[in-house]
Amino acid sequence: MLMLTPEQVQLADSARGLLDERAPVSQFRRLRDARDAVGFDRDLWRTMADMGWAGVLVAEPYGGVDFGFVGAGLLCEQMARRLVASPFLSTAVVAATALRWGGSSAQKSRWLPAIAAGEAIVALAVDEGRKHDPAATALTAIPGGNGYRLAGEKVLVIDGHVADAFVVAVRTAGRPGDLDGLTLFLIESGSPGLNVDRTVVVDSRNVARLRFGNVPVDGAAVLGEVDRGANLLEVILNAGSVGVAAELLGVTAEAFERTIAFLKERHQFGRPIGSFQALQHRAAHLYCEIEMLRSAVLAACQALDADPWTAGPLASMAKAKAAAVARLSVSEALQMHGGMGMTDDVDIGLFMKRARAGAELYGDANFHADRVARHRGF
Amino acid sequence: MQSLEAFRNEVRIWLEANCPAEMRLPTRGEEDICWGGRRWVFQSDAQRLWLTRMVERGWTVPTWPKEFGGGGLAHEEEKVLREEMGRIGARLPLESFGISMLGPALLRFGNDAQKRDYLPPIARGEIRWCQGYSEPNAGSDLASLQTRAVDHGDHFLVSGQKVWTSYADKADWIFCLVRSDADAPKHRGISFIMIDMTSPGVSTRPIQLISGKSPFCATFFDDVRVPKQNLVGEINKGWDVAKYLLTHERESIGLGPTALGKRSLVDEAVRAIGRGADGRLADPFLRADIARTEVDAWALALTVDRFRSEAEFGHGLGARSAVLKYCGTELNKRCYELMMVAAGISGLEWEDAHSKDGALAREWLRSKGNTIEGGTSEVMLNIIAKTILGLPGA
Repeated sequence: MLMLTPEQVQLADSARGLLDERAPVSQFRRLRDARDAVGFDRDLWRTMADMGWAGVLVAEPYGGVDFGFVGAGLLCEQMARRLVASPFLSTAVVAATALRWGGSSAQKSRWLPAIAAGEAIVALAVDEGRKHDPAATALTAIPGGNGYRLAGEKVLVIDGHVADAFVVAVRTAGRPGDLDGLTLFLIESGSPGLNVDRTVVVDSRNVARLRFGNVPVDGAAVLGEVDRGANLLEVILNAGSVGVAAELLGVTAEAFERTIAFLKERHQFGRPIGSFQALQHRAAHLYCEIEMLRSAVLAACQALDADPWTAGPLASMAKAKAAAVARLSVSEALQMHGGMGMTDDVDIGLFMKRARAGAELYGDANFHADRVARHRGF
Repeated sequence: MQSLEAFRNEVRIWLEANCPAEMRLPTRGEEDICWGGRRWVFQSDAQRLWLTRMVERGWTVPTWPKEFGGGGLAHEEEKVLREEMGRIGARLPLESFGISMLGPALLRFGNDAQKRDYLPPIARGEIRWCQGYSEPNAGSDLASLQTRAVDHGDHFLVSGQKVWTSYADKADWIFCLVRSDADAPKHRGISFIMIDMTSPGVSTRPIQLISGKSPFCATFFDDVRVPKQNLVGEINKGWDVAKYLLTHERESIGLGPTALGKRSLVDEAVRAIGRGADGRLADPFLRADIARTEVDAWALALTVDRFRSEAEFGHGLGARSAVLKYCGTELNKRCYELMMVAAGISGLEWEDAHSKDGALAREWLRSKGNTIEGGTSEVMLNIIAKTILGLPGA
């Protein structure tokens, strides 16, 4: 059934309650304006971990609550509505998926309980160029010593500046453009030759650039299979794409609801501007699009729960739809807020920035529409 | 109630034994649909047999009470029946506006005699109904309709004109909105009545559409005598019946067959345009347009699922039917535009055996009416803005 269970509704409600109290958008503004070195509230993250959120996708034997992707998606949506800065997406969604489906028992034992407890932050390093394109991976592993030496660069590493470890997509064979020949490594921060630079990006999300100057790694650091990491990477990116799609749903819905409220209270020409049909029809169209997106995200989360290895087409559909609807939603929100929307005092601009960055993260609408097309055989 | 799984098993066995092989082939178009009615000519023995057998089970209208020719199924059971029919590709034994529109309205607003007299012939496919709502001067502003019903004691005299009456020339009866009180505010002077199309003074004229076909008629009433027992619900309260029925109509348009159900946009495009060396559709711009359309079509199909799941069993979708009607019909038009682009020059054929007399071009043109009939897209957006978003009136 394409609907939430009572337990899932309850999770969303409790998230709303906690976040309204502890993490309104003003909290995100404070972190941004203070150029906070950590970039999120560690106490809040501990509280989230205590509530089981950090271990939402971690199996019970490793200390998680194993609530599934539908639950994880609801948390992504609720956090995005308030632009909550937290390592939830990078660690609880993406890294937890990487370890669950690719980790050796030693890697799982080392990292999953720490993730579930909110003690470890693990970040995915995949992108290198202007656009998301895993096949283009050029960061190279050169055999040497007991293992490899890694050389190259990664960008847009979410929470990279505070990560305790990285899941890194590396080329061990073939050439850029091939999906064969990729290997994932799990590398601890502080490895010799690894430089981490925090990057300030448009939406003030916590992001870093990594430089690998012949970083030595041994065979035990491999996550999954050597040269055949593409399948595991796809599962990880399916989870990441759906997580971002759920975030974009949150951004979209929040910007929309604030706009509807504004249309009702803002008066011009002696009446509320929401009484003008020119705006009503645009708002109603947007409402429909958001309903479509909500269905897409829920279906993609359910598909990941059913089988993350085959969820690719639905994950891509959801991400493609999310990027498109989010762009429409924040554009309309800004336009309908008029001059107020252009000011930094009003939050609409923050949602617009997050929607742009989210559209790019783990593949934009075109990237994912292409995947849907290939899945459909054209 | 027996368990759903036992019911599923029973349905599966019964369908296997009773659904003729021919009735499991995909419908090729309008000509394969069984509409029923006094003048109905079955296209095949299989079509007749399938209807007869389904009527015996009451499964032409599975959720109607048995006393009115229905199957008396709970909504969970109906879902099972639909799933099992879908599994073997069984066609609907009967489609009609009696089933999708009048029936639900009578079940809710009709009196006992009306239910007893009118519902079973609908269930058995004996009487074909059409809908008399729109008028030349009452389209989106439906409540301004002017067809008059004047009280003459035991009957009304009805005069006026309806337009866009689908299949009026083939229907046996028509359900109509008429003005029964010319002085009341417009929504409060309307009544809902049923008229036998053979009554003296009723005439129809087909309307030729841009597709060259004439599924619609103009219907004229010239002092037509209508017995008072044909009034459904209370006098001057027909607008309540009309609104209820419109929700059903929107739902069935929104949930109904689309271009993507009838034709595969991807298949048509690949056949017409071919593939490049990388296996992708050779026209990259068309490919991108189709890919985005596929994403939207998928999201819409999921939304239909979700709305159905979230609606309590037995309840309609309410204002959400406007969302599906708007999105479904707009998407359908988009699909046909892309199919015409894919078909290119061959899509322009109009009278040619190999294009089946321009079937695609005619469907493309017909699809343009989707966002007008049953409430325009603009009216749907009005409903969403006011009912769901609570935006103030102008």
